Amino acid sequence: MSEKVKVAIVGSGPAGLTAAIYTARADLSPVVIEGEPSSTSDQPGGQLMLTTEIENFPGFVNGIMGPELMANFRGQAERFGATFNTTKVSKVDFSTRPFKLWTNTQEGEQPAYLAESVIISTGARSLLLNIDRETELIGHGVSTCATCDGFFFRDHDIAVVGGGDSALEEASFLTKFARSVTIIHRRKELRASKIMQDRAFANPKISFIWDSTVTELHGANSLEAVTVTNQITGENSKLNVTGLFVAIGHSPNTDIFKGQIDMDDLGYIVTKNGTATNVPGVFACGDVQDHIYRQAITAAGSGCMAAIDLEKWLKDSEI
Amino acid sequence: MATNIITVDDTSFDEQVIAADVPVLVDFWAEWCGPCKMIAPILEEIAQEKNEKLSIAKLNIDDAMNTARRFEVMSIPTLILFKEGKPVARIVGAKPKGQLLQDLEPHL
Repeated sequence: MSEKVKVAIVGSGPAGLTAAIYTARADLSPVVIEGEPSSTSDQPGGQLMLTTEIENFPGFVNGIMGPELMANFRGQAERFGATFNTTKVSKVDFSTRPFKLWTNTQEGEQPAYLAESVIISTGARSLLLNIDRETELIGHGVSTCATCDGFFFRDHDIAVVGGGDSALEEASFLTKFARSVTIIHRRKELRASKIMQDRAFANPKISFIWDSTVTELHGANSLEAVTVTNQITGENSKLNVTGLFVAIGHSPNTDIFKGQIDMDDLGYIVTKNGTATNVPGVFACGDVQDHIYRQAITAAGSGCMAAIDLEKWLKDSEI
Repeated sequence: MATNIITVDDTSFDEQVIAADVPVLVDFWAEWCGPCKMIAPILEEIAQEKNEKLSIAKLNIDDAMNTARRFEVMSIPTLILFKEGKPVARIVGAKPKGQLLQDLEPHL
């Protein structure tokens, strides 16, 4: 049997949970399909679940731990009557109303939900290098979660791939444990914010390899070394590291919406007039429609906008 | 918490896991690991459902680094299922309940 709901929120990072708080307080009894546990950033609570201290979320003078902040978001939404389903949406049909949503836990002909309106807040996930043996070595030296795995690299020499804020944050965090952290970046300069750059350059444990990518992983049962290829000279060199942390950027989680909703060339959902998509009644917020700001606070802000846009749309269309 | 969830450390590991009569699923976790916290309630559910067939042992790696090293744990959460004193299944990373059960079922 399909469950009929007024609002289905797909995804549970800062955007989705803020939308849940607002729609729940507006008595719309939202259902949040929050995702499934995973050690990637595509999981309930979103990317902040893999972070430690959040220093720039307003309201926390001394910072707050990422997972704790997300638990607070969730608890606040629950308090106002949002309900949660810990599964993933596997398929949607936005061609007619009510919108149909199928989930992993309720496979079959019947959609799990018939929703009058939908908020998409599935966020973005970290990209992998896509090189040989990468998946096989995850948990054996290759990591997508510095906060989960950094501890195991006490006094090891390790590397971080990437040049953005996440890469530098991970590198700084990892210096608490590692003997040395080499940042491998494919360009000559970093994309990261000034404060993160200053911190990284000032850290004696951090060094840089510029204009280079990781092209090969070595080691029988766990990582022992990587091949680093200079993108300008084409020269290969071997770097002995037992840990490799990948932070090379993000890709929006929009595969299930392909063909159902307008996206840009990179797969981000296109929004206009606030958070509206090209399908009336479907709204998008957070990183799934934003590859510029990508902050917890901007995601939360756009989640609030989506809730307000949706409430107005429900009123105007007299549902 | 289900009664078949125990806490083990470096000293009690051999007695409570290796020498146990029922299969023991050891949860290598830590306070600072988000995905570990996420699977904790799932493990409690599994403990309750599998009451007599399985016990679950929480191993905080901050308190039991030697055991983590002994089984070459390099990422948490890691779940290792011990049967008759031997590791028979290993699950690295947080996974949904359905998938955990699917990985454990053949060994129970």
